[in-house]
Order: sequence, then C-alpha cells, then structure tokens
Amino acid sequence: MSDFSKDGYMNMELLRFTTAGSVDDGKSTLIGRLLYDSKQIFEDQLEAIEQRSHQRGFEHIDLSLLTDGLKAEREQGITIDVAYRYFATPKRKFIIADTPGHIQYTRNMVTGASTANVALILVDARKGVLEQTIRHSFIASLLQIPHLIICINKMDLVDYSEEVFNKVVEEFKHVSSKLDIKDVHFLPISALKGDNVVDKSQNMPWYQGATLMYLLDNIHISSDENHIDCRFPVQYVIRPQQTEYHDYRGYAGRIVSGIYKPGDKVKILPSGESAIIKTVELFGQNIEEAYAPMSVTMTLDRDVDISRGDMIVRENNSPKIEQELDVMICWMNVNKLQLGGKYAIRHTIKDARCVIKDIRYKIDINTLHRNENDKEIGMNDIARINIKTTVPLYFDSYRKNRYTGSVILIDEATNETVAAGMIV
Amino acid sequence: MILYHLNHLRELEAEAIYVIREAASQFERPAMLFSGGKDSIVMTHLARKAFYPARIPFPLLHIDTGHNFPETLTFRDKMVEEIGARLEVRYVQDSIDKGRAREEKGPNASRNVLQTITLLDALEELKIDAAMGGARRDEEKARAKERFFSHRDEFGQWDPKNQRPELWMLLNGRKHIGEHFRVFPLSNWTEMDVWMYIQLENIPIPEIYFTHERDVVNRDGMLLAYSEHITLKETEKTEKKIVRFRTIGDMTCTGAVESPASSLSEIIDEIAASRTTERGTRQDDKRSETAMEDRKKAGYF
Repeated sequence: MSDFSKDGYMNMELLRFTTAGSVDDGKSTLIGRLLYDSKQIFEDQLEAIEQRSHQRGFEHIDLSLLTDGLKAEREQGITIDVAYRYFATPKRKFIIADTPGHIQYTRNMVTGASTANVALILVDARKGVLEQTIRHSFIASLLQIPHLIICINKMDLVDYSEEVFNKVVEEFKHVSSKLDIKDVHFLPISALKGDNVVDKSQNMPWYQGATLMYLLDNIHISSDENHIDCRFPVQYVIRPQQTEYHDYRGYAGRIVSGIYKPGDKVKILPSGESAIIKTVELFGQNIEEAYAPMSVTMTLDRDVDISRGDMIVRENNSPKIEQELDVMICWMNVNKLQLGGKYAIRHTIKDARCVIKDIRYKIDINTLHRNENDKEIGMNDIARINIKTTVPLYFDSYRKNRYTGSVILIDEATNETVAAGMIV
Repeated sequence: MILYHLNHLRELEAEAIYVIREAASQFERPAMLFSGGKDSIVMTHLARKAFYPARIPFPLLHIDTGHNFPETLTFRDKMVEEIGARLEVRYVQDSIDKGRAREEKGPNASRNVLQTITLLDALEELKIDAAMGGARRDEEKARAKERFFSHRDEFGQWDPKNQRPELWMLLNGRKHIGEHFRVFPLSNWTEMDVWMYIQLENIPIPEIYFTHERDVVNRDGMLLAYSEHITLKETEKTEKKIVRFRTIGDMTCTGAVESPASSLSEIIDEIAASRTTERGTRQDDKRSETAMEDRKKAGYF
C-alpha cells in the first residue's frame, strides 16, 4: 500500500468480482499473484506460505497457497465453497468471491456471481475454449454480471504466441454470440510468471492492451446501478418509544434502485395509497438525494399504513404485481425439485410460499440446449419453471433489476436455501 | 453532472445497516455481542444508525472473561450509558465456579477458549436466537468463508460443509427450535476500512488503542501487558515501553505494538505501512494453524 493516501481512501469505489476456472487453470495462482504483486500480502502470511512451500519441496513460493482453505477442505482435497478475499489499490477496494472449481461449481459460481460487477474467466491457452468456459460464460450472462474479463492464462507455455491468443479469442467470440454479454475484455496473461497481471509483460510486445490490474482499476462501474426505477422495500418501521419522538414513523430500508428525495410523490404497495416524502434521513441527518445502494429512513407527509415487506415506488413507475411467474432457477440442493411441491420463497425482504406449477425446460449448461422432456432437476441444474405464490410479489424482470428480479426458494422442512431464481 | 455513486465506506455502511435491520426483523430475540474492541464498537455505532431516532432494539451482550483491560470496561460502561443501550454481562468466572469450565494452567493459560462455554450458556439462558458479532472475513481463513447469516446447530456448532448459499442480499434466517444464528454485519470490512470509518464518523474508542507507557513482558516476541493475570516465567522480566494495542482481546493473549501513534490519523498511517496482519498480535491464533477453525466449530465467533 505504498501509494496510500487518506483522501484517496475516503473516495474509493467498491468493486466486487468473481473468479471462474478450475484448479488447473491457475485460478488460485492468479489470485495469489494479484494479492502478492499489489503488495497486499503481509510478512506473517508470506512466512507461513514460504514455510509450507518449503515443506512441500517447492523451489519457489507457491502463491496458490495464499488462498488455501480449511482443514476440512484439505483433508478432502477439495474447496467446499466460496471464500471472500480483499485487496485495495489507491483507487478501488476489491472483494473477490473466490469460487472453487469442482463438481458443485455451478452452485458456488452462481452464489459468487449474484453480487458481482465483474467476472474473471480463466482459459488455459493450451486448451482453448472448453465446455467449462461455455458453462462459466453462460452463468455470467444468466446472472447478468455487467463486465466479463476473459484471462487467457499460461501464455508462457505457448511461447507467448499472438496466434494462439487470437485463436482463443475467436473461439470464444463464436460460442458467446448466443449469450447475453454486454462488455467483454480479453487478456493474454501468465499468472505464474506475472505477465500482464499487475505489471505489463515484456514477453508479449504484440499486446498493446491493459494489464488485468489496470482493467480492474478502471473498468467503468458507476452505471451498473439502476437509478431510474424507484424501488424501496420497507425493511423495518421505526417507531421510537420516547416522548420527544411520539409521532415519529420512519420507514427504514435499503434503496434497491432509483433516486428518492424530499417532495417526491410516491405510491405505497400493496395499498396503492399516495404520499409525499417528507424527509430521507440517516442518523438524524437529512439526505438531499438518496440512491442505490444506500440504507436510509424515510418519513412521509401523512400517516399511511405501511409494514415490513411493503414497497415505496413512484406513482408512474410500478413494478409488476403478480402471483404467477416464470423463473430461471439454479438448483442448489441434493434433494431434487418437486413438481407440484410447495416451498418458502423470499423476494427482497418479503417472505411467502409458492407451489411449483410447471417445469418448462432444463438447460444443458455445456451445450446450452433446452430439453423440454427432462423434468429431473437436481443439484447444479438450471431450469425454467413456473410458480404460483401465496401473495402477490412486486417484481421486475431480472434483466431489468437484479434485486427486485431475484428470489430464493427454501425447503420448508430443512430450512435450507435450495434454489436461486431469476424472474423472466 | 452529479455522479450517483457511493464510496466504498458508505457502501459497506449501507450493507451492514441492512444486515442489522434484517437480523432485528427476522429473529425474535437478537442480541449484539460487545467486547469493547474496535469492531464491536463500530458495529454498535451502525446499530444506532440503523434504528435512529429509536434506541437499539436489542441488548448488547458482553462475555466477560475477567481478563479484560480495565480501560475496556470503563469505556463500555460509559458508552452504554451515553447511547441508552441495554447491556447484559455474563462472566467466565461464573462458569468456572459452577464447574462448567475448567481454567487452563501454565504461563500461557488463557480464558479465550472458555468464553465459548459462557457464550453458549448465555445464549441459551437469554433465549437469544441471533447473536451479531463484529468478525470480519479478512481476519482469518476460516472466517473468509463465513456468511452474513451463519447457521448454528442446537449445540452452537458451525459446520463449514453445511452452510446455506447466500445469494444477492437475500438472507435466510429460518431455523428449527433450539438452533440459532450468528450474524456478521462487518463481513466485508477490512481492518483499514474499520479504522477509516472510525475516523470518518468520529467514533470514540478506548484509549489503549493510542500510544501510552506500559509495563510489558516480551514473550516469544509478543509484548504482553503485565498484569495480575500474567504469571512470569523464570527468565522473564517486565520492562517499560511506549506501546499501543492494534486489537483488544484478553490481557493474557493480546500483544501490544511499540508505537508513538497518538491520533487516529497516525494510527491509520501506521497500519497502511504495516507489514504484518493484526491477528499477528493475537496469541490465541498462534496456537495452531487451524486454531480459529477449530474454535469456530465448537461455537466460538
């Protein structure tokens, strides 16, 4: 953190990214390299991995050990689930959702992808685009991650060849044409040797583009939030039991999207009643304009019956209010999806129940083919289903709004989260 | 043109407040664990912001090991008074007296592990179904895999293999009777974020975070504060040093760092230049490579 500046630190942006790739792609090495070259590794951590590299008989420090997991995982030789890691540059703070590459991959990648601005997908330059590359890209597009960075890794093993790089880029463009990807970047790197990760490679003069770190630091994320559609789910009603605030009623929550300010005419769902925003505040301080993802408290010009789970929106811009909806789901449990089964459903901060009315099709995530005859939805499967909820939900399509467009299904017997759903 | 974009400290704040409000809504009897350390102080500050102008709608719970720095307890009582919070204290000494916990022996004896017994007893006694804690994922590799809402079985144990996936900001706090949750609003904060936020919000912290002169014992390279809870080995002697604490835990296992930092701004500069992690000053983590993982499984934070 040598270029550390306090003023800078106060104005840093937060960028969340997820990494996809199997162990063999050098994912752990890449993350280790990012942390190491950006000087985020502390002496005590470095000593620990030096010692372990030495114990294992390695000549050099194995950077992948930096992301080594739990004892329970080492015993089984697999990574169990998403681990979160942090590093910062003078410009941005990064949260990495480091997802493991084994069989439960889909479930974990979907989890990591659900909040990510950027997905890093690793491709082994020697192998080119594989089924798993398609799988990773499909999940990134399904979860609507705004930016995709394809790291073509192990360039050192193909003599830093421009031709190999171009070939992989063409392959990827060909298969990704079927996907809904907005912004994609290609980088030739060697995580092991450090080429184009933090420092510009001396071995690939033909590559004029940015390094990975430069890209992460500069990729344009401020327009990733939706500032148009006002959606404010009321999370908690604040009614102080203190005489000085006798008549105070504050509606607390986190703005999902849109901009709210005093004087705005708003509509409350489900009652449909109107009101005018009196204040938007936090901790006694008035906020002139509040936007996603702020947590705030709103007061209104008059008493309206509002409780947790209601939504404050603008008069002329309502979400859909329906009980029957189509959802793309990723199944995340060993118990299979039951057609006709009932599940608890959670949408924003609202709880309801639902019944599975139809399984429309299952997607083969390696070929992206739709199979309308296969109704067996098990762990890591992706399918489109139709559900009916016990109460109406106030939702948008996932494409339009990641937070009013997403749901989870919960098994009512085990209480486990069994599916992630994106409303179509 | 106005850029509608939150800086990272405000985004972390918004996320933590969301998690705290969610814990207060989804559970019947939540509580917030308060240790007197900077993380729990920041978390308490966020809880005030979440429900203002109402008071914090759940109690603070302090598991008192009896080995606290006296400055921590003074700070705690003053803060609780000022913010009008409800404080519950449960004592490790009581667990020892009742025969529920057995004191460790030897010069490295610590009550750190015993806390878990008192904590689990307190959660049961007070029927707490969600205990919020200030643990951060950047602290340790076992904590790197924690959820915001972390499920615990009826024995209070953490099962790393059986955690619920956490998607978007949809938090699933459903549970069976007898089970409970640990909730971590500061999951995504780093040590630096915590310090910068303390400065940004001007949050009071105990004075031992700042430089002062103190009698310390150098034990295996760690400067332990000399107190009645420390038994000197034959070769050890105390010395006066100018120190401060980077983390605050028990006196028996928290190391001081030599430092002249007397303001938040100096502390932040010092941490920015630091080449070791803050857990490096904690002897409780140095017991074995999996010390934290093992304690967490048993019900520790």
